Amino acid sequence: MSVNQTDIYAIALHHRFQWEEAQSCYVILFPEGMVKLNGGAGEVLNLVDGKRTVADIVLALTAKFSDVPDLAQDIIGMLDLAIEKAWLRQLN
Amino acid sequence: MTQASLGQSVVQKEIQAQNNGVSSSVTKTQPLWLLAEVTYRCPLHCAFCYNPTDYDKHTQNELTTEQWIQALQDARRLGALQLGISGGEPLLRDDIEDIVIEAKRLGYYSNLITSGVGLTEKRIQAFKEGGLDHIQLSMHDITEEINNFITNTKTFELKKKVAAMIKNHGYPMVLNVVIHRYNIGHMRQILEMAEALGADYIELANTQYYGWSLVNRSQLMPTKEQIDEAERITNEFREKQGSKMKIFFVVPDYFSDRPKKCMNGWGEVFMIVTANGDVLPCHSARVLPNMDFPNVRDKGLDWVWNDSPAFNKYRGDSWMKEPCRSCAEKEKDLAGCRCQAFMLTGDAEGADPVCSLSPNHHVITKAIEDSRNPVIASKPIIFRNDKNSKAIIAGELEDRVKEFHALP
Repeated sequence: MSVNQTDIYAIALHHRFQWEEAQSCYVILFPEGMVKLNGGAGEVLNLVDGKRTVADIVLALTAKFSDVPDLAQDIIGMLDLAIEKAWLRQLN
Repeated sequence: MTQASLGQSVVQKEIQAQNNGVSSSVTKTQPLWLLAEVTYRCPLHCAFCYNPTDYDKHTQNELTTEQWIQALQDARRLGALQLGISGGEPLLRDDIEDIVIEAKRLGYYSNLITSGVGLTEKRIQAFKEGGLDHIQLSMHDITEEINNFITNTKTFELKKKVAAMIKNHGYPMVLNVVIHRYNIGHMRQILEMAEALGADYIELANTQYYGWSLVNRSQLMPTKEQIDEAERITNEFREKQGSKMKIFFVVPDYFSDRPKKCMNGWGEVFMIVTANGDVLPCHSARVLPNMDFPNVRDKGLDWVWNDSPAFNKYRGDSWMKEPCRSCAEKEKDLAGCRCQAFMLTGDAEGADPVCSLSPNHHVITKAIEDSRNPVIASKPIIFRNDKNSKAIIAGELEDRVKEFHALP
């Protein structure tokens, strides 16, 4: 199952997403665990704010990183993974 | 306190994520997980506790609130993110509220690891307001009889009440159940209980044998058949109920062919500050010979993590002996647990005897045999309490500990 362009997501309950200066990356923290996100994955989740739609996120990132090929596909892939891992919850 | 949850699971999960390609590669070590063992005092007397059997030495010299706050600040600067507030029973201290507030201010994801004894409406309210992220509650069985027996206390009804309190305050429900001979036959009922309590996470932590659980090893160890059945039931339950409740089944190393990658490596991601201020790379490191563990009263955590001889001693693999040194699998498990190697074989640099390639693997086979020997297995359980701790310090329980080269 893949995300739809109009879906709106937020970080899942009991999860925290934050920038970590000491590791120079974004992390997701949750009970009993944590995940360090690589640059691209962190950039995607940083825009998941409970307001933007998937289309908004794709638009913002493809504008910011216009030289990266197949970016839209990677963003969708990252969101799919984040949902599968239960890091996100859908609001609409 | 319960065991096995700490560090190991955070690391396992991180590695899984790395396998998915979303995690950054770790190029330098950082103490991502700080465990604050704020006290060794405990109202429970669990037979499987991993705390040191000589903990009674460390109940009168606990760090002050200010010293804990300093430790939290220093570790955060080093990159620590996950904070476990554990013990003993941390709620026996009246400054956990202050520690929680500071943890929040510093940006930790904080976790109170508790038996539930001492958790009141007033305190949980203060934790919520202070920014505590979650509470991990230890449960022992679905029966009052086994709960009260293995903890040597009447705490069954209290635990159910505390579980409801945690849920009512909007906390995720994280249960930890240490698995042993007395509850392994109730796996399905334990999982159903967790589901009924609305658990979000449950960790089924097969007993690992350190501290009190090592003394009681022959009395606690289930059979291989029981473990296989427990794992089968867990997998079946997982499939049936989907992803609502996350279930972690910690495999017991005595029944594996290869050792665990203990703490994900010595001084890699995990740091413990104990009640008296000693800083350790793992829960039972104090058993190791010729080691001088630093104390936060003397040295800052930056020096401890980066420069202390103790934290550097088993980093990397240059310290390894054969058969580990030339083993193709050495990076997978880093030769296993140093404490287990020393306690069971007398050689801290040798292979963890759990490994079937270890020349000392017979000590594990014998331990499993002993646990099935009715004469040995029917010896009484030595419960974790001040009286027994004093007795062990005084050398009075020698017949129960003499086969071990050291006792954590």
